[in-house]
Amino acid sequence: MSTIAVHDHEVAHHGHDDHEHHHHDTFITKYIFSQDHKMIAKQFLITGITMAVIAMILSILFRIQLAYPDKSFPLLETLLGRFAPGGHLSPDFYLSLVTIHGTIMVFFVLTAGLSGTFSNLLIPLQLGARDMASPFLNMLSYWFFFMASVIMLSSFFVQKGPASGGWTIYPPLSALPKAMPGSGEGMTLWLISMVLFVASSLMGGINYVSTVLNMRTKGMDLWKMPLTIWAFFLTAVLGVLAFPVLVAGVVLLIFDRSFGTSFYLSEIVLNGQVMPYEGGSPILFQHLFWFLGHPEVYIVIMPALGISSEVIATNSRKPIFGYHAMVYSLIGIAVLSFIVWGHHMFVTGMNPFLGGVFMITTLIIAVPSAVKTFNYLATLWRGNIRFTPAMLFAIGLVSFFISGGLTGIFLGNAALDINLHDTYFVVAHFHLVMGSAAIFGMLSGVYHWFPKMFGRLMDEKLGYLHFWLTFIGAYLVFFPMHFMGLDGVPRRYYAFTEFESMKRWLSVNMFITWAAIMSALAQVAFLYNFITSIFWGKKTTQNPWNSNTLEWTAPVEHLHGNWPGEIPTVYRWPYDYSKPGHDEDFIPQTVPFSQTMSSNLPHDFEDNEAGLEAHNKWHLANKPKEEVK
Amino acid sequence: MAQTAAATTPAVDADAANSAMWTSVGYYVLLFVLAAIIVGIVGKILRVYDLTLQIQGKKSINWNRVMGILFAIFLVVGFYGAYWEFTNQATMHLPEAASVHGVKLDDMFMVTFGITVIVFFLTQFLLFGFAFKYKGSDKRKAYFYPHNNTIEKLWTVIPAIVLTVLVITGFFTWTKITNSADVAGDAKAMNIDITGHQFAWEIRYPGPDGVLGKKDYKKVTGINKLGVDFSDKYAMDDLSADTIVLPVNRPVRLNIIAQDVIHSVYMPHFRVQINAVPGLPTYFKFTPTITTNAMKAETDNPKFEYLLYCNKICGGGHYNMQKIVRVVTDSEYQTWLTQQKPYLSDPLKKELKMVVDTTPKQVAPAPDKKLALNY
Repeated sequence: MSTIAVHDHEVAHHGHDDHEHHHHDTFITKYIFSQDHKMIAKQFLITGITMAVIAMILSILFRIQLAYPDKSFPLLETLLGRFAPGGHLSPDFYLSLVTIHGTIMVFFVLTAGLSGTFSNLLIPLQLGARDMASPFLNMLSYWFFFMASVIMLSSFFVQKGPASGGWTIYPPLSALPKAMPGSGEGMTLWLISMVLFVASSLMGGINYVSTVLNMRTKGMDLWKMPLTIWAFFLTAVLGVLAFPVLVAGVVLLIFDRSFGTSFYLSEIVLNGQVMPYEGGSPILFQHLFWFLGHPEVYIVIMPALGISSEVIATNSRKPIFGYHAMVYSLIGIAVLSFIVWGHHMFVTGMNPFLGGVFMITTLIIAVPSAVKTFNYLATLWRGNIRFTPAMLFAIGLVSFFISGGLTGIFLGNAALDINLHDTYFVVAHFHLVMGSAAIFGMLSGVYHWFPKMFGRLMDEKLGYLHFWLTFIGAYLVFFPMHFMGLDGVPRRYYAFTEFESMKRWLSVNMFITWAAIMSALAQVAFLYNFITSIFWGKKTTQNPWNSNTLEWTAPVEHLHGNWPGEIPTVYRWPYDYSKPGHDEDFIPQTVPFSQTMSSNLPHDFEDNEAGLEAHNKWHLANKPKEEVK
Repeated sequence: MAQTAAATTPAVDADAANSAMWTSVGYYVLLFVLAAIIVGIVGKILRVYDLTLQIQGKKSINWNRVMGILFAIFLVVGFYGAYWEFTNQATMHLPEAASVHGVKLDDMFMVTFGITVIVFFLTQFLLFGFAFKYKGSDKRKAYFYPHNNTIEKLWTVIPAIVLTVLVITGFFTWTKITNSADVAGDAKAMNIDITGHQFAWEIRYPGPDGVLGKKDYKKVTGINKLGVDFSDKYAMDDLSADTIVLPVNRPVRLNIIAQDVIHSVYMPHFRVQINAVPGLPTYFKFTPTITTNAMKAETDNPKFEYLLYCNKICGGGHYNMQKIVRVVTDSEYQTWLTQQKPYLSDPLKKELKMVVDTTPKQVAPAPDKKLALNY
């Protein structure tokens, strides 16, 4: 294994030399059709941020409708035209906004924007590889993602508006163009966009898996990989296994929509007209959708957890507590995530016995999640915490993960789900546990690895402002929603005006909307910081956070191939922070044990007889000296 | 002249409205710019302050300390906020469960709530408490503590045990609730047929025979909205109703289906929800325990009504697809029942007569596979 790895690096090294001799980067090969993983990461990040801003604006639009259902906003008509006649959003367009907000946030921001950015940036850099296994496929992955984004957004420009059946696009609503305006061309564009998106995601995922398995530098065995890489690796495996099922579901839906098949349709009478569909099952689509959909939420949260593990350890100046437990719980989550999808379907008419089974698997998955939380807390305990903006966001992630995770115990219980299903309780739950937590993971990563990406530092004070406004804002938005859910207020309602019992929530809705507007405006601080820092930020040093991982041994100036000369060799795990006996509070992975005799522990030589012997010898010889000290 | 004046007035109005709109937009933009400028100025002041401290040879602002303190403040204010929400907004939740199984669900909810709220306060306290207590300092070094297998086992096993208890109680409650067949010995459930379509619910009660007639979606017409199959003798006496009226303390079994897209029968007061799916009949059996009048008194709201509303996105009218549910005493129920009109109305009879006369063979009874399978 190790000889093969070394051989690979030699080959890559030669290739890299050739590169320098006769390769001239044009603007197009450097910035557009780049095959360099660092540039592709930046492309994913900037596209992801753009999509996030768009999806956020969509959410503000529908929040305004919920807060002021009776008020007319002429500006909306000016901006949206036929979608907001008389300054009121139309009910159909409201549903479009909800649908596209969800779709963009889940897939385009928190899947592609998060995994695409950080897997691309960090897998080669933290493992010591020159680039991805297939740089060309990697480039293709970005451009498929870009096309998917453009097509998704273009659906705002078709006559009847974008898809509007909810981001889960359950047929028959999404299958019958006459059922709602958004199920026309808008839905077609949604489906095309998602097929391209999944293709992009698969190309990325295969690349990540093969790079992690085959291209680690000398000494980087699996148990020396940072938790970020473990998380990206398992995420990619999940994506490769789960996304194709969505395509299968989507293709059958396309058949139902365009070719008159009845995979999901049966016994339908639409607007008094008997339709010819027979023998299909709407529930089948839900099974296919959630077979992706549930792993998908872990595809969203696991990279964020990986990033926060790395950021919390680095900034607490402590090893991550229970590294092995962290890895095993990630593996546990990854495996279990494939057998819990039915908890989205407790009340769909699925056989109740199946519901019972899915309830059991669902609550089992809470155990590894709890272990991760406790391990984060133990990592902070007796740390020496440096509050960089990245660290603040990582702590925010843990807080959201707890708050949102706990409500999952209610929803995972099929019996309790009867009354909570599809209410605002669910909205609050997943916006905290996968929405806010994952976006905080992503922001944490952006602040932490910005110097690696752009060679400059972001402004810390603006980062602080951004964190506090966003953190408080997110809690103000989502915490009260739990109580609306407990009162039986359903999600995806255009207005609560038609129900006497729901009118009392109007003031809460106004409060939530203003909190959302505050959080949205806080993102201006981030965007300003991000854009100005790219050009005018303070120049970074090579290892600004005194971090142990390999990416900080690469020079600040990007070069194709990452390291000039040989790729560094790895000798130790990535979490030797504040090791007693060492003069600094970090020991990079590239420092051999022979250079740190004073801080070595017997534990460091578990599979290394010779090393242990040397350690014991040194220890005996130096013991008296320590006692004098 | 008059004509041109008439033509220009709306244009002028529109212009005025337009400029008023842009004025208010400009006003908000200005407010935001102002806020941004203030943030910028505060930032500069902090920087100047920091620099003067440095020039004077003092230590610059210790941001670690500031952030640590902010986390402590957030912890206190956040806990108070959570407490406020639990005590104030929690009172806005649904009134007590008005069904037999709902009471059990509420008990289970409270147990789960008790456990999670303890964990919530404990873990958030530790998180922000540690953030405050162990904020960075140059004088200290962090404690190298990579793992402790005992404690890790402990906090794997304890959540596992707690969750097992929750799962087991949940599983048995769930199995009991979802069993929609009549258990031998219990009172026989009365059947009600609920059909969802964009954007309304159709209600059908069985007649004196107590059995709902079969349906066939292919028989749907403008008058026979549900497609009731009158070759089934049980269908003849079925009643159509425009509200759901239920006798108190008597088990009722809802037979649910949708015609066009998926809807969801949601009756939060009874803790009842199940989707209405085209082509797939679903059921929910429950026993209402509190009459509407009793609930009016209890909630101190004379306008109180139980409601059934749609809880699965179904199109533009999704937000207003409701039906009143009224729980009454048995005698009130019997009186109400006698006032209901038969589903087989005169126009429908006329329509069917035609069909029956011309093609008598086609209405030969065909057993409904789907319904039979799901019994």
